[in-house]
Amino acid sequence: MDPTFAKYIGAGLACIGMGGAGVGVGTIFGNYLAAAIRNPSAADGQFTRLIFGFAVTEALAIFSLVIAMLLLFAV
Amino acid sequence: MDPIHQFEIKKLFVLGHIGGVEIAFTNSALFMFAAVAIIIGGMVLVTAGAGNVPGRSQSLVEMIYDFVADMLRQGAGEEGMRFFPLVFALFSFILVLNLFGLIPGFFTVTSHLVITATLALIVFFTVIGYGIAKHGFRFFKIFVPSGIPIFILPLVTLIEIISFLSRPLSHSMRLFANMLAGHITLKVFASFIGMLATGLGVFGFLVGILPLTMTVALTALEFLVAFLQAYVFALLTSIYLNDALHPGH
Repeated sequence: MDPTFAKYIGAGLACIGMGGAGVGVGTIFGNYLAAAIRNPSAADGQFTRLIFGFAVTEALAIFSLVIAMLLLFAV
Repeated sequence: MDPIHQFEIKKLFVLGHIGGVEIAFTNSALFMFAAVAIIIGGMVLVTAGAGNVPGRSQSLVEMIYDFVADMLRQGAGEEGMRFFPLVFALFSFILVLNLFGLIPGFFTVTSHLVITATLALIVFFTVIGYGIAKHGFRFFKIFVPSGIPIFILPLVTLIEIISFLSRPLSHSMRLFANMLAGHITLKVFASFIGMLATGLGVFGFLVGILPLTMTVALTALEFLVAFLQAYVFALLTSIYLNDALHPGH
């Protein structure tokens, strides 16, 4: 098999990691929404923490995306 | 066309050579100068005729100021306001550069890791430098959380050190990869329109409406991402500065 095939397969495999981060981001926003509906007056005060949690979780998805990009364009 | 062709750095003119390395004025530098000129020019112009009753442009600038100041107070407390110039400069610089990237034909400066890494390292070394200057050896308490059982304390300390050292990596990668991925997605969807139109003729033009709609929707999403990533960068900056100001809790 041509070794360049392995590069594309690897890039595809690296993107599986983004699924896990997708679950994480969904949990964060889902729970925020559930809590915000229960107590709307407290929702605005937690917006910073919401974005912080989102950013930290999203970083993991970004790492797998960068691996995929490196395999596609740099290696 | 290659979707990453848009990120190519072009030399506009060569300034000189330092030890065999060519120092050139690039399109990246041009857009950074333009962003700084717009920010400073806008702020100076608006606040030159400042009145007690703000006009439309003055209230916009005051809104941005209050927005960043509130975020910094929440993240780093009242003492964090001494870093307001740094955080505000980072926020406005990244926001303007991100929005520049959305104008067709313009270069996206923040889609280059070398730029975002420089900004993240400025924050990283500011945190270390200020933390050690202000607290001395006590600054290293941020690696040793209180209230942890002694048996797992070495493990937790190790994890804290690794997470502290990986901060500039994730800080810079987040902005870089978000801008890069967003612009590649836009380009890929836009190229579908051309492929359909040239490949399928009249039928292709009709089906091409679908990727066109998607491109418009993605552009709207990219405006949200451009703002959100500038906000996230400044928010994380203020949270990291909080460690330098109040280590050990």
